[in-house]
Amino acid sequence: MRAANKEFGPPVIELGAMGWLRKNLFSNWYNSLLTIFGLYLLYILIPPLVNWIFLDANFVGSTRDDCTNEGACWIFIQQNIKLIFYGLYPTEELWRINFVYLILFISGVYLLIPNLKYKGWVGAFLLIIFPIICVVMLSGGLGLEAVETRLWGGLFLTLVIAGVGIVLSLPIGVMLALGRRSKLPVVSILCTIFIEIWRGVPLITVLFMASNMFPLFMPEGVNFDKLIRALIGVMFFSAAYLAEVVRGGLQAMPKGQYEASQAVGLTYWRMMALVILPQSLKMVIPAIIGSFIAIFKDTTLVLVIGLFDFLGIIQFVGTNPDWLGFSHEGYVFAAAVFWVFCYAMSWYSQRLEKKLDTGR
Amino acid sequence: METDKSRIGSFLFNRSVQGFFYQIITLGLVVLGIYYIVTNTARNMLERGLASGFHFLGVESQFDIGMTLIEYSPTSTYFDSFIVGLLNTLLVAGIGIFFATIIGFTVGIMRLSSNWLIAKIAEAYVEILRNIPLLLQIFFWYFAVLRALPKPKQSLELYDSFFLNNRGLFIPDTVFGEGSSTIFYLFWLTIIISIGIFIWAKRRQNRTGDRFPAFYVSTALILGTFFISLAVTGFPVSFEYPELKGFNFKGGVKLIPELVALTFALAMYTASFIAEVVRGGIMAVSKGQTEAAKSVGLKQNLILRLIIIPQALRVIVPPLTNQYLNLTKNSSLAAAIAYPDLVLVFAGTALMQTGQAIEIIGMVMGVYLFLSLFTSLIMNLFNRFMKVDGER
Repeated sequence: MRAANKEFGPPVIELGAMGWLRKNLFSNWYNSLLTIFGLYLLYILIPPLVNWIFLDANFVGSTRDDCTNEGACWIFIQQNIKLIFYGLYPTEELWRINFVYLILFISGVYLLIPNLKYKGWVGAFLLIIFPIICVVMLSGGLGLEAVETRLWGGLFLTLVIAGVGIVLSLPIGVMLALGRRSKLPVVSILCTIFIEIWRGVPLITVLFMASNMFPLFMPEGVNFDKLIRALIGVMFFSAAYLAEVVRGGLQAMPKGQYEASQAVGLTYWRMMALVILPQSLKMVIPAIIGSFIAIFKDTTLVLVIGLFDFLGIIQFVGTNPDWLGFSHEGYVFAAAVFWVFCYAMSWYSQRLEKKLDTGR
Repeated sequence: METDKSRIGSFLFNRSVQGFFYQIITLGLVVLGIYYIVTNTARNMLERGLASGFHFLGVESQFDIGMTLIEYSPTSTYFDSFIVGLLNTLLVAGIGIFFATIIGFTVGIMRLSSNWLIAKIAEAYVEILRNIPLLLQIFFWYFAVLRALPKPKQSLELYDSFFLNNRGLFIPDTVFGEGSSTIFYLFWLTIIISIGIFIWAKRRQNRTGDRFPAFYVSTALILGTFFISLAVTGFPVSFEYPELKGFNFKGGVKLIPELVALTFALAMYTASFIAEVVRGGIMAVSKGQTEAAKSVGLKQNLILRLIIIPQALRVIVPPLTNQYLNLTKNSSLAAAIAYPDLVLVFAGTALMQTGQAIEIIGMVMGVYLFLSLFTSLIMNLFNRFMKVDGER
């Protein structure tokens, strides 16, 4: 048998690296042509980029005069790194931000490691106690010096806006989705109108509204901080999008689940909290993370109403007379950071999707 | 007593009675909230000396706009500035949608290619572009690419007719001479005739089973009539090419750099989403369809045209329209690079000058809201039209 297999095995050209090349790149004449075209495309794009970013780039120095090589001047990023990451936050108070990052990092890692005990407690800590710690640590109080929000900026501000938007918009979105599916006509119509209005307009008009119209809505003397106004806008905007995602999950639930929970005598809220939502939210986790990625990218828009988020501060640093003409470096750096965050989230969602796919 | 209690109990725990009360409470809260906001607003506006209403629309605007598709000057009214902004928004959305569709379909089909390298390049395109914020991409194209271009004298050129420099993109303009209206009418006439040919060919095929090469015949008809009429009337349509005069170009059509950067960024960004939509749509057509079509002896191009594309389109079109809508809404980011769109002109400059925040933001939001509701209406009609009989 063995000898026969060897004798009549597939031809060498179908095996190994050669076989792979032949099958995937040169299977017929137009595929070969496409491959050559693709290689050419890579040839004109990749080497100049690699040269500019790494090989010809300047990494050491402190002023623009140290940028003698042809490539990127990363000294520009290095010298402004504090502004880019923390904005105008007072230097002696930076440990407060880092402390918050550290707590978040430790609990995040703890939650990500499989098979550990007390995960529920850590999760509860993150959702209930951690926000309080954040508010106290970041804006001041309890003996800590107050730091005005106009000094907040950079990547830190981006994370604050995205984080608050993500955390607060999910419960609101779930409530809106339940409301829209409600059998009570008044509730369902009101929720539908609310969702469709927010989804129908661009975020930028929402932010304009938050900065120009909110002050008119409030009674005399009540004046919200600019950041809080933007946060409220971002929160409602993303809640409306999440509501539609969650509604998709609710609709995908088989009717039997509703009927069975009613048959065992669960009230509406218990049915939703114990049976329907856990299953339907699990189903739409990838779409929810997709919405989170969208919120994260959309936070860049707050620079239009004068908040200096990550992109805003990079734009601002580029106008510093000492560092004019380095906008390429700034944009490439910002793009790389945003990309890493967004890609990590989408990678995680794909992994979660596979893990949660318990089959039906 | 006992019965009374249970009657009250059954009344209080009756589902429909409970529902009724919940609704009353919700409605009451919403009305109270709106009342609170309205009274606050009315008082605040009174204090700031703002008159409510739309009278300001008839007032002279006293500002100029960098790019206008209709006649506009500082003596025009605020309403005119609204129209200018609206048209500019629609223009950038229209061009953006056109290019996003082309790039998106190309990349989407590339991702399904059996060629490993091509599929990977397309995947890299999608993964890179959709994970970088659009605003950053707009800034990149505007500040890092277009504003960094050479001056008009050293502009990049293509065939001596397209010029790209830091003042914008200059393209040839079409000039219609005498007799061009005849060509125009003939062109439309042949298009209507072609539609007739298609309908007739379809009916004939349904009746007799014979195929008629409607596509080739109508293409020949349209192009043939077009060129013959051009020749007969003595080529009345000509092009006016941009020319370098002094420090800038004269003639042709000038597209301002803001427009070019915005269109570029919008098209490339949205294309990465459209590519995923297209890929999903094609993959949604089950493999059995292709195999069945092959086994009844259809040729490859007929399989694509008659089996795959019609089924894939039903999956593709709804999310595709959604992407078009997203592109239109995203075009409002124009405000960040000072392209005079609806948001910049009206919700920016006009609002600054008049202070009529509620009316102006209401109008701007109304426009976008109308566009999205209108699109979803069309989409619902399309879905009803495309529904296969017997499908849920």
